[in-house]
Amino acid sequence: MKVLRPGAAGMLLVAALALAACGDDNPTGAFEGDDYEVTDAGPLADPQLSGTLSASGSSAQESAQTAWIAGYRGVQPDVRLIYDAIGSGGGRENLISGASPVVGSDAYLDEEERERVTDVCGDGGALHVPVYIAPIAIPYNLPGVEQLNLSPEVLARVFSREIETWDDPAIAEINPGADLPSTEITVVNRSDDSGTTENFLEYLHVVGGDAWPYEPDAAWPVAGGESAAQTTGVMQVTGSTVGAITYTDASAVGTLPTAAVGVGGDFVDYTPEAAAAVVDASTPVDTGVEGDLALELARDTTEEGTYPIVLVSYLIACSAYDDAQTADLVTNYLRYVISEQGQQAAADAAGSAPISQTLREAATTTIDSIQGG
Amino acid sequence: MAIQTQHTGSDVTPPPRKRGPMEGIELSTVRPAGDRIGYAVLLGALALAATLWLAGGLNVVLAAVVGFLVYLAGVYTAYRVVGGRRVATDHVMRGLVYGAFILAVLPLVSLLWTVVGQGIPRAFHPDFLLQTMNGVTGVQDEATMQEGAPMVGGAYHAVVGTLVITGIATVLSVPIGLFTAIYLVEYSNKNALSHVIRFLVDVMTGIPSIVAGLFAFALWAMVFGIGTKDALAGAVALSVLMIPTVVRSSEEMLRIVPNDLREASLALGVPKWRTVAKVVLPTAASGLASGVTLAIARVIGETAPLLVAVGYARGLNLNPVEGPMNSLAVYAYYMFTRPLNPGFRDPSLERAWAAALLLVLLVVALNLTARLIAKLFAPKTGR
Amino acid sequence: MSTTPPSARTPAAVPAPAPDRSPRRGQVRRPGDLVFSGASLASGLLIMAILAGVATFLLVQSLPVLTADPGEVTGEAGFAAYVLPLIVGTVLASVLAMAMATPVAVGIALFVSHYAPRRLGASIGFVIDLLAAVPSVVFGMWGWQVLAPRLVPAFAWLEANLGWVPLFAEGSNTGRTIATASLVLAVMILPIITAVSREVFLQTPRLHEEAALALGATKWEMIRTAVLPFGKPGVIGGTMLGLGRALGETMAVAIILSTGGFTWNIIGPGNSTIPAEIALNFPEAAGLRLSELIAAGLVLFVITLVVNLVARYIVEKRSEFSGAN
Repeated sequence: MKVLRPGAAGMLLVAALALAACGDDNPTGAFEGDDYEVTDAGPLADPQLSGTLSASGSSAQESAQTAWIAGYRGVQPDVRLIYDAIGSGGGRENLISGASPVVGSDAYLDEEERERVTDVCGDGGALHVPVYIAPIAIPYNLPGVEQLNLSPEVLARVFSREIETWDDPAIAEINPGADLPSTEITVVNRSDDSGTTENFLEYLHVVGGDAWPYEPDAAWPVAGGESAAQTTGVMQVTGSTVGAITYTDASAVGTLPTAAVGVGGDFVDYTPEAAAAVVDASTPVDTGVEGDLALELARDTTEEGTYPIVLVSYLIACSAYDDAQTADLVTNYLRYVISEQGQQAAADAAGSAPISQTLREAATTTIDSIQGG
Repeated sequence: MAIQTQHTGSDVTPPPRKRGPMEGIELSTVRPAGDRIGYAVLLGALALAATLWLAGGLNVVLAAVVGFLVYLAGVYTAYRVVGGRRVATDHVMRGLVYGAFILAVLPLVSLLWTVVGQGIPRAFHPDFLLQTMNGVTGVQDEATMQEGAPMVGGAYHAVVGTLVITGIATVLSVPIGLFTAIYLVEYSNKNALSHVIRFLVDVMTGIPSIVAGLFAFALWAMVFGIGTKDALAGAVALSVLMIPTVVRSSEEMLRIVPNDLREASLALGVPKWRTVAKVVLPTAASGLASGVTLAIARVIGETAPLLVAVGYARGLNLNPVEGPMNSLAVYAYYMFTRPLNPGFRDPSLERAWAAALLLVLLVVALNLTARLIAKLFAPKTGR
Repeated sequence: MSTTPPSARTPAAVPAPAPDRSPRRGQVRRPGDLVFSGASLASGLLIMAILAGVATFLLVQSLPVLTADPGEVTGEAGFAAYVLPLIVGTVLASVLAMAMATPVAVGIALFVSHYAPRRLGASIGFVIDLLAAVPSVVFGMWGWQVLAPRLVPAFAWLEANLGWVPLFAEGSNTGRTIATASLVLAVMILPIITAVSREVFLQTPRLHEEAALALGATKWEMIRTAVLPFGKPGVIGGTMLGLGRALGETMAVAIILSTGGFTWNIIGPGNSTIPAEIALNFPEAAGLRLSELIAAGLVLFVITLVVNLVARYIVEKRSEFSGAN
């Protein structure tokens, strides 16, 4: 027995270790063994840095970060980059506590957090760099209806479950020619707290007027709707339910049609360019930090060709680091992320909208202002 | 042969009789009736259900329900006529009991069918077993579905993680559980403390798995700072779930070791601890090993505590005290609820079911192993 | 450490005839014994420490939310208002599951103990145990992908024909409802109730059964008059144990249920359970939200504790564990 007892556990551990010897931790071939080489020699690869940069935060950025980590290997082979998708709130806490020198977050630091972050970042506080723009699409499941226009007010009334059928006059009025059935509308929302919900609610709150009496929150406020966990759950339900409509990260839409949203009397389909355009039309929030790019998104923009329902996720870094090496790592990594190649990598992997040249120039200035040492 | 007089066992009280266990059997004649009628009705009901389903276009479940009800009614009527009311009731109840059994087997069959059917295509593919998800994104999945590119990424890190976490949990909980059982059986002499411990073990059995996870998370938060997640925390959470199982099964096994053996050993002047170590434990070894194996099987499929305490890792992590580690159950959960590319779900769903199949196979294998150990190495004690 | 009684007989040397009291008593203290009994006692005490730890650590981590300004808690009405619908949802799902599982479980237990041939009974026991061993995440995936879509027509029928009952007010289009979740929970707790019931049914005194049969009772009458009355406390206890398991079950509900606020409508979306709420929101929770979820976990712990204690009490009263000799 004395042999048997540790035996069972021992066997498991030995099996684990034996297995560890024969697996492949690099299935995509993105990481070339232990000795990485510069495959992407550009201005960012000079000077060559080394060290570990441990970031954490927004799970919306996770796919993009995975792509960035892989891409960054080709630029700075000796830098070990880690991104732990613990959620935006957790990320901001990590920045404030100093656990992560740079974090991803779907929301900018609020006033209280900005105050607390000075303990770690110094009096200059923290800087927000918008790195990830994800359009939020409105997919619907209505066979035979290929094009659907929804004005902000109608959108608000549909999602507050005030409009209950697809052939409601309010919808028919702005969709002349569409053959709308009398199917019931099934509104599908996220069951978990999410940045997508929060941004969509913010949009409805700003543009919905009286039709939208709810306050923005990470959780969906309207009772009685169908809900599902995560983007996928929402899409699975919408895709399998005729008459369903939902809001979701545009990269997840797949084959379902999406509604065009009313902007200034016109109806705009989401496109990466239109989503990036609304970010350009937005104004920075006054956070008391010069060059900070925390944005107050122009949800109610009337500018032509802008798609106002977007989620903007930031990387938040300190304006100054005690340690010059950390500062170099952070700035170099941020430069890579906002570079054209970095944004394209994210667009390919996560379906995000690459930031515009204008924003890139502003962000470069911001990153340049980060002090180290 | 009817019940003419109520005979209440040793109770000799004459009528009016006491309310006894025989109360409620009414006095009516029972005529013998063969089982053949029942089979005939069953065949008829089956035929009816099949007709309704195949020819009548009725939903298969509905057809089965109708068939079952018809069977019950038929059996009742037939036996009512042939054997009387009591016989009829007996046969209806028999039908219900068999029905309950079939009803319980259905979900199991459906579940195994689904898991095997959905899991087989991917589960034993070398790429799945030997690759991690490190660096795999929605791009690869989209390529798989759109361009037929080979599927990349597997559950290798999850398999290793499951083994590491469960292994550590076993190392932690078996000594604690076993020694507690030894205390309860050999040392406590049924004192007050042993009652308290036994009571607490019972309480522990009922701890929901997610609460165990929260406990480990909270403990780690206080020791290492809030939000620290690593494999060791997960192992601690699993131990909380495992210990009571180990204690209970070990206690039972130690108790069935005949006292004769202990007495013989003590009589020969062997110290008590050596008696326990050299006589009691080896005698109970097979039972203990089988109990531990069952305990492992019970926790190896746990998702919630690991989700809370260990987190989710895409790549291989062999260090149990640093950073998140993956495990099969959490892997299946994540792949199922948040595929890499929500627009192109199928590869992720395939991975989820493959992981589920591996998990089920693991659990079944452990269960069978436990039975085998118990059977092959059982002590000849004339239990 | 005081487990060795004071009345030290000289052991070893005198192989005295085993007295009535346990012969295990009364050794001299040897270092080996001390280590061994010490380790045993320490393990027992560790269990107490762990249990105390579970309560303490959860409480410590929940303190921020318990003392927080009600406006800052999710729902902006304080923790009690936040957790109450979750408690109701948890209890609702579990009680539904229990109600569905118990009759079936008793049926299977009877089948195994009194109807099936002995050999078959053992293998059936194994199959039912297998059901208990299937990981809950797999049940959840099965419930979402296989069971839920198949229940949609049933829900539609209920809505059309029994819509005036508040429970069946509005059918779901996806099948992801509290009723579906309860059904899956029922399947999951079936083995527990079955196992306990089977155990007590098998313990029915043979004499009672044979007496009933000898008196001319049919098999069912024998079961009703001898087996069921004898096994009743066991069945109730087993049911309560199943309830305890259902209350704490996480992944199946988290995957299947389309969560939302509390509603009596069990065939539509809505309701949530404490474990599902935790599992869904924990991975990204931080700060006060984290504390909120842990506090909800503490509430769940207390509820399951009470249910399990009651269950144990009932079961223990029935069957004392038989010791060796």
